[in-house]
Amino acid sequence: MPYAVSFQQVSRHFGTVRAVDAVDLEIEAGEFFAMLGPSGSGKTTCLRLIAGFEQPTSGHIEIFGETAEGVPPYRRNVNTVFQDYALFPHLNVADNVAYGLMIRGAGKAERTREAEAALEMVKLPGYGARKPGQLSGGQRQRVALARALVNKPKVLLLDEPLGALDLKLREQMQEELKVLQKALGITFVFVTHDQGEALSMADRIAVFNEGRIMQTGTPEEIYRRPRTRFVADFVGSSNVLSPQLTERLAGVAEWSSLRPEDIRLGDESGQDATVTGTSFLGSATRVTLDVSGEKINVLLPSGAPVPSQGESVRFSWDKNALHLMGAGA
Amino acid sequence: MRSDKQNRTPMGLKIAAGIGLAFLHLPILLIFLYAFTTEDKSYQFPPPGLTLKWFAVTWNRPDVWEALSLSVRVASISTVVALVLGTLCAAAISQTKFFGREAISLLVILPIALPGIITGISLRSAFNLAEIPFSFWTIVLGHATFCVVVVYNNAVARFRRVSGSLIEASMDLGADGFQTFRHVILPNIGTALLAGGMLAFALSFDEVIVTTFTAGQQATLPIWMLEELVRPRQRPVTNVVAMVVVLVTFLPILAAYYLTRDGDQISGQGK
Repeated sequence: MPYAVSFQQVSRHFGTVRAVDAVDLEIEAGEFFAMLGPSGSGKTTCLRLIAGFEQPTSGHIEIFGETAEGVPPYRRNVNTVFQDYALFPHLNVADNVAYGLMIRGAGKAERTREAEAALEMVKLPGYGARKPGQLSGGQRQRVALARALVNKPKVLLLDEPLGALDLKLREQMQEELKVLQKALGITFVFVTHDQGEALSMADRIAVFNEGRIMQTGTPEEIYRRPRTRFVADFVGSSNVLSPQLTERLAGVAEWSSLRPEDIRLGDESGQDATVTGTSFLGSATRVTLDVSGEKINVLLPSGAPVPSQGESVRFSWDKNALHLMGAGA
Repeated sequence: MRSDKQNRTPMGLKIAAGIGLAFLHLPILLIFLYAFTTEDKSYQFPPPGLTLKWFAVTWNRPDVWEALSLSVRVASISTVVALVLGTLCAAAISQTKFFGREAISLLVILPIALPGIITGISLRSAFNLAEIPFSFWTIVLGHATFCVVVVYNNAVARFRRVSGSLIEASMDLGADGFQTFRHVILPNIGTALLAGGMLAFALSFDEVIVTTFTAGQQATLPIWMLEELVRPRQRPVTNVVAMVVVLVTFLPILAAYYLTRDGDQISGQGK
């Protein structure tokens, strides 16, 4: 079984900007794959390389074993849900959804049937006659999803599709997308800058920074065992400890990460620290400690006693919680 | 109650508006009136009598038909040329980024800002230098210079609202360049093109200045009218023709106005 998408040393340069720089990537068929990174990290360019809107400056791309270079977007069995949805304003919802079928030359009856089925799948049955302008943001998002899925693509690309939705709707859509992906078995490639979204939805995540992939792995791996300082910091705001501090705390002179929720306060055998600030987050309280000049965040579950600013405390952690990342990370 | 009074237009303003409108439109009404006069040598007021015979006379004058047909052909072909070039130009300016883009967009608009006489003289000397004989096509070329601008201006405003991702979405859904143009771009800019085309047609139809410099022996309708006014013979024929010109140019402009207004609502719905 070939990979759904594979990149071999793929670069895309815009003038002197290396938007994507020598990326190797393998996405398994049927996988829910997230590309996570800050804006300008190259994740969207990677998506556009798969869609065919960009051509690589160098390197090789395969989609289900077939060479993708030079193949225009309209000859790829790949569909995209755009960030701004890009619904056609002059067509009603049904014609929007059936656009791909119409281009393929499908008859009117088939188009109507398939469009209605796709709309039902995204829980918008009977919305076919409306114009995109009459829909809410969440509904437009579903129409965009139906318009892509109706073509039964081998790979569905989603470019920050939930970015414009409010929190509650976003959580609901995350759940629905996951269910839909499992039911259809289509490979989903999902671009996001929201680490929570990536962790909760994806089977595997690639973390991008400055045009390169920093780490690829399951959400659990990325979260528990970040390979670089960037990943540790970007995914779940882990504490990154310098080699000096790590040596003092664990006896090894390497960069390390320590998750804020893995730290306990008040253990008499623990290390000394000074509280420099606290902030209430709702489900937890974040306490900022100063440990010999370095800042360490601690997440206390709600209900735990919160120390006050300037107080001296002792802190400790599970032996496995401190994750070493190597000297050069 | 007080706001009602404030909203009422003062009598003075109403009279001023009336005078303004009369100043603008009475001369046109006079032209219509003289199309029916029985006096054919001088425009005396009031006309000594009214008659419909000038319509028949005009109908039977071959020179009127020649001029009218030339004007319609020139305006049609100029409009077609302008539609093609103006749309292409608008697409290039609004959909892509390239060196000198702003300069080109200014250069495209320039012909309509230049006095017609400058355009006319420069075209005439250019045709002379290139040893192109004056013909039907030199008139078309002269008219196309300002017709392109009208189409371009209409198209470019609409193109800006057809976001790049719509075109990408269409390609993503399997449509090649031609299908994308046919199914996405054209429906979104269609009314703007129609409006631009109608304005271009109307502009070309009554153009005098550029035409005098670029025409050879042919007389378009406005030129024919100018020549006709000098000769004191069957003068009301000119007035009859003027009525036709007003109708031919006014209707497209009115239609263009309604089309673009409607189009704004349609394309505004997407955002």
